[in-house]
Amino acid sequence: MLHGPSVELGKDRSVPKKTRLGVVMFIIYMVIYAGFVFIGARFPKALGARLAGGQNLAFLYGMGLIVLAAVMGLIYNFLCTRLEDRMNEEEQS
Amino acid sequence: MIYQVSSTAIGIFIFFVLTVLGLSFFFARKTQSASGYYAAGGQIHWAVNGIAFAGDYLSAASFLGICGMIAFFGYDGFLYSIGYLAGWVVALFLVAEPLKRLGKYTFADALDAKFNSRAIKLTAAISTLVVSIFYLIPQMVGAGAIVMPLLGLPHWVGVVLVGSIVILIVATAGMTSTTYVQFIKGGLLIVFSLILVVLVLNKGIQRTPSSSYHMPMVLAATLSDGRVTTVADGSYQVLGQVAEKEIVFVKLAKAGIASWWKLRVAGATADLEETLSVVVTSAGDTLYNGEPKEAGKFYQVGHMSKVVVNGREVEKTGPLGPFKYIKTLAASEVVRFSKQAFGFAGEKVTLYYQNVTSGADIMKPGLYYKLDKGATLWSRLDFISLMLALFLGTSALPHILIRYYTVPSQRAARKSTIVAIAAIGLFYILTLFMGTGAMINGGLDVGSSNMAAPLLAKTFGITLFSIISAIAFATILGTVSGLIVASSGAVAHDLMDKYLKIEMTEKGKVRAGRIAAVGVGVVAILLGILFEKQNVNFLVGLAFAIAASANLPAILMLLFWKRTTSKGIAAAIVVGMLTALILILFSPTLYEIYGLPPASAPFPLQNPGIISIPLGFITLIVVSLLTKKRKTVAAEQA
Repeated sequence: MLHGPSVELGKDRSVPKKTRLGVVMFIIYMVIYAGFVFIGARFPKALGARLAGGQNLAFLYGMGLIVLAAVMGLIYNFLCTRLEDRMNEEEQS
Repeated sequence: MIYQVSSTAIGIFIFFVLTVLGLSFFFARKTQSASGYYAAGGQIHWAVNGIAFAGDYLSAASFLGICGMIAFFGYDGFLYSIGYLAGWVVALFLVAEPLKRLGKYTFADALDAKFNSRAIKLTAAISTLVVSIFYLIPQMVGAGAIVMPLLGLPHWVGVVLVGSIVILIVATAGMTSTTYVQFIKGGLLIVFSLILVVLVLNKGIQRTPSSSYHMPMVLAATLSDGRVTTVADGSYQVLGQVAEKEIVFVKLAKAGIASWWKLRVAGATADLEETLSVVVTSAGDTLYNGEPKEAGKFYQVGHMSKVVVNGREVEKTGPLGPFKYIKTLAASEVVRFSKQAFGFAGEKVTLYYQNVTSGADIMKPGLYYKLDKGATLWSRLDFISLMLALFLGTSALPHILIRYYTVPSQRAARKSTIVAIAAIGLFYILTLFMGTGAMINGGLDVGSSNMAAPLLAKTFGITLFSIISAIAFATILGTVSGLIVASSGAVAHDLMDKYLKIEMTEKGKVRAGRIAAVGVGVVAILLGILFEKQNVNFLVGLAFAIAASANLPAILMLLFWKRTTSKGIAAAIVVGMLTALILILFSPTLYEIYGLPPASAPFPLQNPGIISIPLGFITLIVVSLLTKKRKTVAAEQA
């Protein structure tokens, strides 16, 4: 039994660009996530501060992190799909 | 907690289990090859795989553990929701597609794709086994917690039941049936959690959860020199009192039944507040609120002491939208229950007394992880350590990673991850409402923080309770199946086939996988019985820390650092895994399990991630640099 993918995958010329895009988006999310952890550890009282709609920062930031993950995922998928279509079509033509 | 068995519950439960088993046998007939057993032939549709990801990931920890932790500690439990979901960002942006390109059946395959190193095969297989077994423990504990109220069976029976069913599922059909079991369960979990939250919001917030709710009693008392001498209700007799951490508890008796009360003194007046008590008598009998278990006097609790809307105190709010619900909760006051254990006249007494907490404190971190009041450097580091482990743990969990092999392409791997993030994200948002719903609607069993979600469902009727419990059970089946497939892959494929190079036919490999599944399942059953009392969510946090310490440095550096060597990977796995394990063994939580004072634990943090994860990365970098250099020197000399 050889090592290798469980299914045969075609050549994908968009891999380097997709990898770079993934790293950039990961760093953006990580910084925002780290911001939440930093506030929690260093300025815990701030998480109780009332902001928009009478909700506190902890609720808005926490929910925001969950929603942001989904939104960034959709953006990433859209950009990756476009890269794949464009770069792999170029190769075929 | 005392639970009454219902025939509806048993009926629904049996229906679920039979459906799952039927599905498993159906797919078993199609599974003849190793590719089919370990990777479902690589032909699962991305949408099905995405929901199956959710089914795999939303384990007992998420459904039972997080809801329970929120019900007991408010927002601190929700931290796990945030961290678990954020971990998927790492999986999507960094790991999903490269892993799909590299791997075949197991996590070790992906790591070893570039090197063909025996050291990687061995260490990655062992780390898969260790992480999966640590992850299996809370699932089994959750299974035991669920069958108690559902079927009225003891904890160990639940563990054995889940273990046996899962062994049957995995040993018969492998990844294909596991995928569909996880798909069905993931879908059902999200739909019924949504129904539960709609019911919570529709009910709104009220002072008294229901007409049948047992509101703790208050008795007026007379003090003399700091001691309670008499109670206004003459039918009670004062038996004694004890002071623990500046709180005075008083033992009373009425018609021969003993009960414990908390003393409240305000100026010249004093009164006694009813507590929930579990007393092990000198004869070895256990009494719940002074009576044997069968009397059913150990109530479900959790209520508001004050409901405030627009600055005015009200009795109830009526239906609320999700934002208004959270806002009202934050402005009101909740009665939580704190635990105190002590000895009294040869008896072991455990009391759960009322602890009025402001909604503002409940809706921010600090009740479990001390960040504000009573915070220390260690408690802050513990919080950071947990958030780091959760963020980096998801994409290092072998049973999650192998799901990338079940789809046909990189694009499908990516899309299935996004479906997973959307489904899991929605569920985690719901946990905040389910947890606080249990907290204020009498959904707490003070003896088990794992039962909040099913008991919340129970407050809306036995049918919903039965369905939610059956889904929780199926939740455990789904996750345990995935874990056992990953573990059996590590033993049969990585160790037997690749490391030991035992010659096997395709059918032989499947048979070896099935035998390994049975072995791992038996170990999981035994550990599930041993760890009965632990919060399942906390245990999963430890599994995440081990995964992030042992596996993540290897995965990320392999993908993004060209100077990574096979020895660097193997060393990082060993150092990360051992450091995390050793720090856990010397942590306050484990000291509590050993029966030693938690404060005497040499390692003061509950989660080891903050030390073991960076150490894994450092080890990989240092060993890679050292081994690379030697090779270059050797090459030059040649």
